[in-house]
Amino acid sequence: MSVITTPAQIAEQVARQVARDGRKDVSGTLFRSALALATLASVLSLGVLLVVMVVDGWSVLTGRLGQFLGSGFSQRSAADAGVFHGILGSLQIALLTAVFAIPVGVGTAVYLVEYSRGGWFARLVELNIRNLAGVPSIVYGLLGLAVFVKTLGAFTQGKTVIAGGMTLAAMVLPLIVIASIEALRAVPQQLREAAYGVGATQWEAVTRQVLPAALPAVLTGIVLALSRALGEAAPLILVGAATGFISFGDASLAESFTGPFTAVPVLIFNFARQPGADWSENAAAASVVILAVVLVVNGLALYLRQRFERRW
Amino acid sequence: MVMSGVNMSNEITDSSEAAVGPDEGSSAAAVSASTDLVFRAQEVNVDYGAFRALTDVTIDIGLHEVVAFIGPSGCGKSTFLRCFNRMNDLIAGARVSGTVEYRGVDLYDPAVDPVEVRRRIGMVFQKANPFPKSIFDNVAFGPRLAGVGRSDLDDVVEQALRRAALWDEVKDRLKASAFGLSGGQQQRLCIARAIAVQPDVVLMDEPCSALDPIATSRIEELITELTVDYSIIIVTHNMQQAARISDRTAFFSVTTGDEGQRSGELVEVGATDMVFTNPTDPRTEAYISGQVG
Repeated sequence: MSVITTPAQIAEQVARQVARDGRKDVSGTLFRSALALATLASVLSLGVLLVVMVVDGWSVLTGRLGQFLGSGFSQRSAADAGVFHGILGSLQIALLTAVFAIPVGVGTAVYLVEYSRGGWFARLVELNIRNLAGVPSIVYGLLGLAVFVKTLGAFTQGKTVIAGGMTLAAMVLPLIVIASIEALRAVPQQLREAAYGVGATQWEAVTRQVLPAALPAVLTGIVLALSRALGEAAPLILVGAATGFISFGDASLAESFTGPFTAVPVLIFNFARQPGADWSENAAAASVVILAVVLVVNGLALYLRQRFERRW
Repeated sequence: MVMSGVNMSNEITDSSEAAVGPDEGSSAAAVSASTDLVFRAQEVNVDYGAFRALTDVTIDIGLHEVVAFIGPSGCGKSTFLRCFNRMNDLIAGARVSGTVEYRGVDLYDPAVDPVEVRRRIGMVFQKANPFPKSIFDNVAFGPRLAGVGRSDLDDVVEQALRRAALWDEVKDRLKASAFGLSGGQQQRLCIARAIAVQPDVVLMDEPCSALDPIATSRIEELITELTVDYSIIIVTHNMQQAARISDRTAFFSVTTGDEGQRSGELVEVGATDMVFTNPTDPRTEAYISGQVG
């Protein structure tokens, strides 16, 4: 082995050492391809679903959209069935779900993160809430039937929008609690110290600094929870969503909260089990409608989120 | 916002009468006269769960005095600083024993409201921590809580920003986000926020450790100016800084007990030039001369 001395020799050796030499990073390339494939698969399956829905529902969406959105369910023929009562019911249920679930959910999270200070009770409660998030929705339907329809029947008036809203609120409550807990934990401790440092009480620190700082992330969690509620059919069927024809008669909007109700996912379920291609078209069209409703609700929430973030 | 059940002015008189006579346990920490005392900490221990972070610290802090806490990492100086405004209350499992008297009132008396304590004893933190709000709202947050009316708020905010030597730089953009300021400006904003509630004492926990030398020297000038009105306790890792700005210096160190347990303690406290030129304890000398730490 000769001793290398001149710059030219050093350069030559370095060039030899750093040369790619035809070696390939095989595992790296494979990993990268696998990741790309996974991404493609998720986007593709979503895209296919969307396309199939729109294509199947095309004749309804283009041929009689106004009538489809504006009229109620019809047993007589697929050609004049509509989703009006479904949209109305879905929006009513979403509203009630929000009213019941948001204060309780956010309040629980604030208590667990800001007030209970990580005691064994708080940890137990949090663990249970995280497990509740994984409970199948049909179980919440049974809970709704037993508790909200029967036990609290005096308040909910039985199988009504109120019972449906409370059932879905119970279902999405864990989601809202978990999202809010994460949001509050993500608020830097320095922010709390800064507030306490100038003489804020815990109430002032939480309401004026910590909660506003966590609000965008809390809102995101709420949006996801409400989207989930908007798409549920099974628990609603258990607490009495009408799967057949319903009539409000001349009930006002306020009275409709305690009358018979339905929701778009329930209608989709109903359309889809009728025989005949024209009913499947209705089901596909209704799916597009519920998707649009979810998008509108999400868009609204995102807009609100932007507003809150820009407030200062 | 009243310190519940404790009349501050009476207590000040009481303490001055009671404290005439020989000072026990604070010979090195003595200040000129006990009437000029802001804090008197005696045999303070701080435990985090089973871990004793700080053992038997006794020190007096005088009026209009800058006291620097120096020492190696983990010696408990920041922990001790947080005893003076009950910031340790916020840490789960932290327990303070011994007595910390603020103008004669035991801060850990159950009748004392920690919220009022923190209003009187302001704090500036290691990392500038402005609220995610406008510059104005950052400074106005404390005064608003203290009940300063809308009409006076502009004045209060301007005064605080002027005292913090930040007014000229931000007066045209008070409604802009505090996050748009540089690191040094943010730290001065935090100082303005702290003094806007007109505290008695300002605690500073390594306020310059994240700043460049120019921003640091501005803050140091500011500290010197603030001593006209405030007592300041500053924790610093920068010994030159302690030497430049403090009247007295307290050196903390970590000791290892018989069973290997480590705990912080106060090694010595004295006039800053004495501590730096003629320390009484060999550990202080070793630290200051750069042999350890």
